[in-house]
Amino acid sequence: MTSLGQPNLLAIVGFFLFIGVSLGITYVAARRTRSAEQFYAAGRSVTGFQNGLALAGDYMSAASFLGIAGLVALSGFDGLIYSIGFLVGWPVVMFLIAEPLRNLGKYTFADVVAFRLRQKPVRVAAALGSLAVVAFYLIAQMVGAGNLIRLLFGMPYEIAVTIVGLVMLAYVLFGGMIATTWVQIVKAVLLLLGALLLAIMALWKFDMNPLALFRAAASQYGDAVLGPGRLVSDPLDAMSLGLALMLGTAGLPHILMRFYTVPDARTARTSVTYATAFIGFFYLLTFILGFGAMVLVGQDTIRSIDAGGNMAAPLLAEVVGGQAFLGFISAVAFATILAVVAGLTLAGAAALSHDLWVNVVRHGVANEREELRVARLSTMVLGVLAIALGIAFKGQNVAYMVGLAFAIAASANFPALLLSVFWRRFTTRAAQVSMLAGTISSLALIYFSPTIQIDILKNSAAAFPLRNPGLVSIPLAFVAAVVVALLWPEPEAEAGFGEVEARVHVGVDHAAERAAGGALESRP
Amino acid sequence: MTRLEQLRALDAARWRIAIALTAAMMVLYFGFILMVAYGKPLLTRTVIPGLSLGILLGALVIVAAWVLIWIYVRWANLHYDTAIDAMRRSR
Repeated sequence: MTSLGQPNLLAIVGFFLFIGVSLGITYVAARRTRSAEQFYAAGRSVTGFQNGLALAGDYMSAASFLGIAGLVALSGFDGLIYSIGFLVGWPVVMFLIAEPLRNLGKYTFADVVAFRLRQKPVRVAAALGSLAVVAFYLIAQMVGAGNLIRLLFGMPYEIAVTIVGLVMLAYVLFGGMIATTWVQIVKAVLLLLGALLLAIMALWKFDMNPLALFRAAASQYGDAVLGPGRLVSDPLDAMSLGLALMLGTAGLPHILMRFYTVPDARTARTSVTYATAFIGFFYLLTFILGFGAMVLVGQDTIRSIDAGGNMAAPLLAEVVGGQAFLGFISAVAFATILAVVAGLTLAGAAALSHDLWVNVVRHGVANEREELRVARLSTMVLGVLAIALGIAFKGQNVAYMVGLAFAIAASANFPALLLSVFWRRFTTRAAQVSMLAGTISSLALIYFSPTIQIDILKNSAAAFPLRNPGLVSIPLAFVAAVVVALLWPEPEAEAGFGEVEARVHVGVDHAAERAAGGALESRP
Repeated sequence: MTRLEQLRALDAARWRIAIALTAAMMVLYFGFILMVAYGKPLLTRTVIPGLSLGILLGALVIVAAWVLIWIYVRWANLHYDTAIDAMRRSR
């Protein structure tokens, strides 16, 4: 019935072709990566269209392609909650975050939070939050990649995960942000075309009519698959997941970091426009891919290959296009994961090196060569960690795991980031407490959730009833920030807000700032 | 108007637009999520054969996100950028 699990020659050829091309890009990029600004921010030379594609590339991860297609194929409509929730975060990023972020920061979102606050405490808390998000996101990608390679090449899961980790390390170590950006762009184009082709080939069997496909799904599995209730049965769980997905995007360190690769706030705006167009289009395609796999492959077959349903899209490719197409789609899926892992690792390295090492250990006065060396060392540490975690979390559902990463991002990073550009009376202590409360509460609630307690630890009951912590941890981080700021005012931070107000709009020209030895260019 | 006052006015205008559009997105999306949570039979109902209300509304939420972004970009390109440029020039 299916050849998954056997080595697949076409898939292997396509896979190595992609690796070869992208290593070539890395090599070219590496020769241009000499400064920290190039390593983290690609020299701020990326155009709006390119950055839109790269954002889309960073965002459309294994969870989007493999995870959502699988969830829809196995549970119908409820999988689409992820598609829709992942998209509605983008308007929030556009309206509240993108332009202020570009104008106030340098390499990481912590630059913005710390702008008028005391650097050290803010950066330590921000780095911890970022690393927690990156870790959960990485686990999901490594698990997806490991399963894909195991099934495709017939090699053991552990070896598959190790290979993904090593290839990703090579990209980031030698190429930095320039290589990572180009890998994202190549991958985003491949993924959009691959998903479109797959959707068209699936719809072909239904006279190109999506409604005929949905009708077939309903007649085969019952009308219930077209409505909610099979995956997220508890109303509070649905709202918790919904809140986390919407606000999480605006707190993802690897996405926020992309806004520093463009020259100005206007280009940041253009990039979000393109990104939202591409991502929304892709998520509309997941409606077709998921139901297509449900009808054409069948739920039993999908479940027999992988209990989480993660192989639904590759299986659909095999049914509609044979071995060659399976190979192509698998290579695309692999490229997707590889690129996202590279972007995540880079964001993690920036948190460790730029936020912790340079600004905390070295009090903001490390030379660039040292910062770059620490960044590369951090990358290696994260790469090894990713491999280890990927192996430890074998057998988890990838879209669900990414939903948790979103909940941590929405709790740890988003409230502090928003309040720092928005609220005059925000303080250092409030930022610190908010980020720590968000990080710790979301991690703790995940630990006490039914997923860990009942599914993994096999306990009979869970102390916390929701599978996603967002409904509790996000309001908690906001309330903590407001209460602390009102109880312990910080006049210096309040005085610095005028500078924030000016820069949010006028920004700062980093090249001019360097030339002028750090002089501000936008004082009123 | 002094430069600072101009900046304050522009700042207020940008936040007004940003907050209004964010609120619009949240109302639409959480309206949808609340229906997912509490209106299961309603969303399962089919509008025309094959198309349930849930799938239709879900697709419309994605389209709404596009429309809201379009509104913002149009405002920013037409009004906001012009004001910023004018302020830069007048310095």
